[in-house]
Amino acid sequence: MIRVSILGGSGYTGGELIRLLSFHPQIEIHQVTSRSHLGEYVHQVHPNLRKVNSLKFSDPGQLEPVDLLFLAVPHGEAQKKMDDFAKLAPKVIDLSADFRLQDPVLYEKWYGQMHASPQWLSKFVYGLPEINREAIQHADYVSGVGCNATASILALLPIMQAGLMDDSSPVTIEIKVGSSEGGASVNDGSHHPERSGVIRTFSAFGHRHTAEVVQAFGIQKLWLTMTAVDLVRGALATSHLQLKPGVVMKDLWKAYRAVTQENPFLRLVNEKRGVYRVPEPKVLAGSNYADIGFAYDQENNHLVSICAIDNLMKGASGTAVQCMNLMMGWDEMAGLNFPGLHPI
Amino acid sequence: MKSVICLECEAEINLDAGVEKNEIIVCPDCGVDLEIVSLDPLTVDLAPMEEEDWGE
Repeated sequence: MIRVSILGGSGYTGGELIRLLSFHPQIEIHQVTSRSHLGEYVHQVHPNLRKVNSLKFSDPGQLEPVDLLFLAVPHGEAQKKMDDFAKLAPKVIDLSADFRLQDPVLYEKWYGQMHASPQWLSKFVYGLPEINREAIQHADYVSGVGCNATASILALLPIMQAGLMDDSSPVTIEIKVGSSEGGASVNDGSHHPERSGVIRTFSAFGHRHTAEVVQAFGIQKLWLTMTAVDLVRGALATSHLQLKPGVVMKDLWKAYRAVTQENPFLRLVNEKRGVYRVPEPKVLAGSNYADIGFAYDQENNHLVSICAIDNLMKGASGTAVQCMNLMMGWDEMAGLNFPGLHPI
Repeated sequence: MKSVICLECEAEINLDAGVEKNEIIVCPDCGVDLEIVSLDPLTVDLAPMEEEDWGE
């Protein structure tokens, strides 16, 4: 057993971390902090955790040393105090965007400001096991992942790994996202009468998560388009790309099978029967699985590759726990076996 | 154990010992219907599937 604490436990990703870690066989949660909910029981903010534990929110200024520290504070906060956090725990996983990009120039380009602790960027490993498993296993500092970036990277992974993409052609990824992606704080657009029932494209291109996909694969002509849909949880990335001449269906089946066999949380969904023939986030709520699938216009070498995830799980807290398992040398799937619900 | 390769997705499909000619089997990976058209040699062919308005 190891002791872990969560800095910033009142948000949605913090709540998911508490839920997952409460049932993890190797974990004792020591502290969960929240400045705005100091002294309240955790279940008073995350009602699904009632009777799961008796934790109360602690003062973030009173954090005690632990074996591993999760940072689930808003973007921009962790980078200001990383030196202090490193003194509290030998291993740190930061769920924010602060340490996802290795290059400070890339960070400044996409986040519009200089990084407060650029010396820390190279010490962090980008925390997506499907592209960084070995590095994560040997890391003390691991970043979180962007949910849209995760869905996009996993949609492209089989093709990039097999070297089937025509590198001279651009890649376009349309991503439909649920409202929990916006976090627990509100804005005018999240007000129920304004958000309910929408199909709203809120970022046609230039979304910050694009940088993570660029970093992962080096694709220069890449556009991610974000569209809010009437879901609470879920992200669906539908990517369009050109393949090299001569690629046939059996090459694609081989490429997709390879990544699903190598990665325990990737599932290939390309069915000829039933209702769920392509990946769909609906059945992944609460699950760390990512479903991937494809359709191929062989006449034009045009591929549509699809990935569905729960943005709070595979796109955030689930992957963070998966990284913890790898960093600690445990079973990669420990505490993450929930397959989702059907019907839901 | 006998096995065949799916004509649609090239998955290896393990067959029950008592499989019979003209039996329809389902690929566990892609869900396509395959008909056993010969037992010796063991051969399958794509079986016609009913079109469904599955996602609308």
